[in-house]
Amino acid sequence: MVKTRKPSPLPETGEPLIAARDVSVVFDGNAVLRNIDLEIPRGQTLAIIGESGCGKTVFLKTLIGLVRPTSGEVIFDGRDLTKLNDKQLTEQRLRFGYVFQMAALFDSLTIAQNIAFPLRQNDGVNAREIDDIVRDRLLEVGLTESVLGKKPAELSGGMRKRVGLARALAMNPEVVLYDEPTTGLDPIMSDVINELILRTRKRTGVTGIVVTHDMHSARKVADRVVMFYPLARLERGEPQIIFDGTPEELDNHPDPRVTQFVRGEAGERLQELGERRG
Amino acid sequence: MATGRLPTVAAPRNGLVRALFSGVGRAALDMWRQFNGWMVALGGLALFGFSTLSWLFTRLPRRETLIPNFYQIGVLSLPVVALTGTFIGMVLAVQSYAQFRVLSLETRLGAVINMSLVRELGPVLAATMLAGRVGSAMAAELGTMKVTEQIDALASMGANPIHYLVVPRFLSCLFLIPTLTIMADFMGVAGGWFYSVVILHIDSHHYWDHSQRFVSLFDLFSGVFKSLFFGAAISVISCHRGFHCDPGAEGVGRAATNSFVASFVVILIIDLMLGILLDAFYFYLWPEGPRII
Repeated sequence: MVKTRKPSPLPETGEPLIAARDVSVVFDGNAVLRNIDLEIPRGQTLAIIGESGCGKTVFLKTLIGLVRPTSGEVIFDGRDLTKLNDKQLTEQRLRFGYVFQMAALFDSLTIAQNIAFPLRQNDGVNAREIDDIVRDRLLEVGLTESVLGKKPAELSGGMRKRVGLARALAMNPEVVLYDEPTTGLDPIMSDVINELILRTRKRTGVTGIVVTHDMHSARKVADRVVMFYPLARLERGEPQIIFDGTPEELDNHPDPRVTQFVRGEAGERLQELGERRG
Repeated sequence: MATGRLPTVAAPRNGLVRALFSGVGRAALDMWRQFNGWMVALGGLALFGFSTLSWLFTRLPRRETLIPNFYQIGVLSLPVVALTGTFIGMVLAVQSYAQFRVLSLETRLGAVINMSLVRELGPVLAATMLAGRVGSAMAAELGTMKVTEQIDALASMGANPIHYLVVPRFLSCLFLIPTLTIMADFMGVAGGWFYSVVILHIDSHHYWDHSQRFVSLFDLFSGVFKSLFFGAAISVISCHRGFHCDPGAEGVGRAATNSFVASFVVILIIDLMLGILLDAFYFYLWPEGPRII
């Protein structure tokens, strides 16, 4: 009997599936996240945007317990992940799929072994079922079986990202976390990835959190966008999330920091650059 | 007027004293911070080691993760360890011959070479080669995995990185370093015999006779016993360095270098401590132990 999970039901109302409550993360005295409060309902695709270094990826890793928050709670399906022991946390992690920025495929394993990896950690799945699931997931992301025996180094960046997505979907997760899924890809391949994110959601009703600074991607895949701002540029007591709304609300937002980011304008950063050069 | 002159004279002295105190204070603070840093690093290493050991009693790694590590660490290290052993045996013969000939004790060369090999040089050199060939590679590989988020990927898919990555390497080092040590001993004995008997024309019978009289099974055991600790230290230190690698190519390179340096220092410390312990144990068992000369 395959232990992989059935696709989640379509969006529900009520309790959020994931909630970050007053989450702060400090690394070696440097604060990266400060008092983040965010609720993500089941079935929603949320895009987290913001400039590099504002803590988007750290927040994503906090949601799956790869980074322990310095303070605050991360609630997933009613359980506080920060209070779970390693075994319980591992059980909860299997309900997530994580698409890493550079795919993070295991160099020493073939593509087939990479996609099969989470399934092999699950003792209830036999070898034949694993083979079937690997082929299904590979076809879902638009790759052919010819890549199964190859090593990640033999694939292009876009193919590696797709294999990363296939691996993340292998266990039929309830939540998929995408860390800059289109970064480093050409516009066509970026759109392929965006389509795959949309298709995955349509097919399984999965909850998605997409960390990106690609505005085209955010507008296309997300039904809600939040924007993080770097702590170093914030006044004391100012919230780190400076925007929370629909993609359509981004364009005419009154906060110039939001519109500046959305339009890709350097603004006062150019003045800062000039001041530093004297 | 005198009161007016006093401050001008005292000010530089006060300044000097203040500077001296502040310099000493700063140096003491730096030393304290460095000491604190070392203690934290040592504590981290100890916790990492305990975590690795605790997995041995909970769940052993799968065969498919163990076999490639056994091959990498054991089989691929054999040639380099054998070569090192052979040359060290020959070098010992070259170095000792001149000294022993002055005393007309050339035939005792077998005892000196073989005793040095099985007790000290065989295990220490096999461990050094392992730290250089395998330890650095482990630190670099795991460091690259950390930098490219592969370790995070493992954890996100429900695999424990220490169980999946460290335990197989630890077991491979632990099980295979004794065989590598025996190989280094054997090749060193062969190299020493070759140079002494074939090149220096020392009588073969006396060479082996003295070896047999002075080198006991306990000497062989003590070398192999020490090697177990060397293997454990190399694997834990190298994996720990890899897991705590700084970002970028420089960080990976530094992790590889640091793992070798730290492993080598720890090998020497363990060698000294176990040498003292095993000697005490030996003379407790055999108070009238053999003397070479």
